[in-house]
Amino acid sequence: MDIVILIAGVLLSIAAACAVWRIIKGPTVLDRVVATDMLLGTLMCGLGVEMVVNAHTETLPVLIVLVLFSVLGSVSVSRFIATSGGKGDR
Amino acid sequence: METIDNVRDVISLALILLGGLLAVAAGVGILRFPDVLSRMHAATKPQNLGLFSILIAVGLQHPTPAVITSLVLIVGFQVLTSPVAAHMVGRAAYRAKAFPKDQLMVDELAERIEAIEARERDSSDRGGAEAEADAGADRAAQRAAEDEADRIS
Repeated sequence: MDIVILIAGVLLSIAAACAVWRIIKGPTVLDRVVATDMLLGTLMCGLGVEMVVNAHTETLPVLIVLVLFSVLGSVSVSRFIATSGGKGDR
Repeated sequence: METIDNVRDVISLALILLGGLLAVAAGVGILRFPDVLSRMHAATKPQNLGLFSILIAVGLQHPTPAVITSLVLIVGFQVLTSPVAAHMVGRAAYRAKAFPKDQLMVDELAERIEAIEARERDSSDRGGAEAEADAGADRAAQRAAEDEADRIS
């Protein structure tokens, strides 16, 4: 039980670190948007794992709000890039 | 009763491990893939499936109506909103030309954009040659064509 939880935590941490690395490296804004989306998804996975481990359901409303608003970031940044006509490399 | 609880725990742990493995697959994909479109492919799919498996694990641990309803809401909203985000990001990537074009097998959008631009050229040529009487109609047609080009690309 404990070792499985530990492994899951390590795996999620690796995924989050990969996403953060891609956010830092870029090279385009869209890469960062995709990586931010993925970081948020990893965070939601972590919240779910924490609920299972500590046997409570108090962060379910947080998950609902996150899943509703996660789309806004990507869509607004993509709209901005699409209308500004930039190369997407700034 | 105890065995049922044990089975539920084991299934939950297996689902959590699956979710973690899928998250790592997404992380490796987002690090190793070369351009935006393939990174989108790598990041979104394992992420969604991993989230769903972890949510199923939560539902197995607390099989009450309130929790199940919340989980169904979360899964439903994720399924509804992630295609929208992926569509917008992909469209912006196409416009920003943030991918190697020669690797595309099919590019239907380029064909349509080309057709619309050709039609625009035609209508502006004709507008220069003919009398000013249908310059207004031409302008309207051109505006419509530009609108369509904006809408599609």
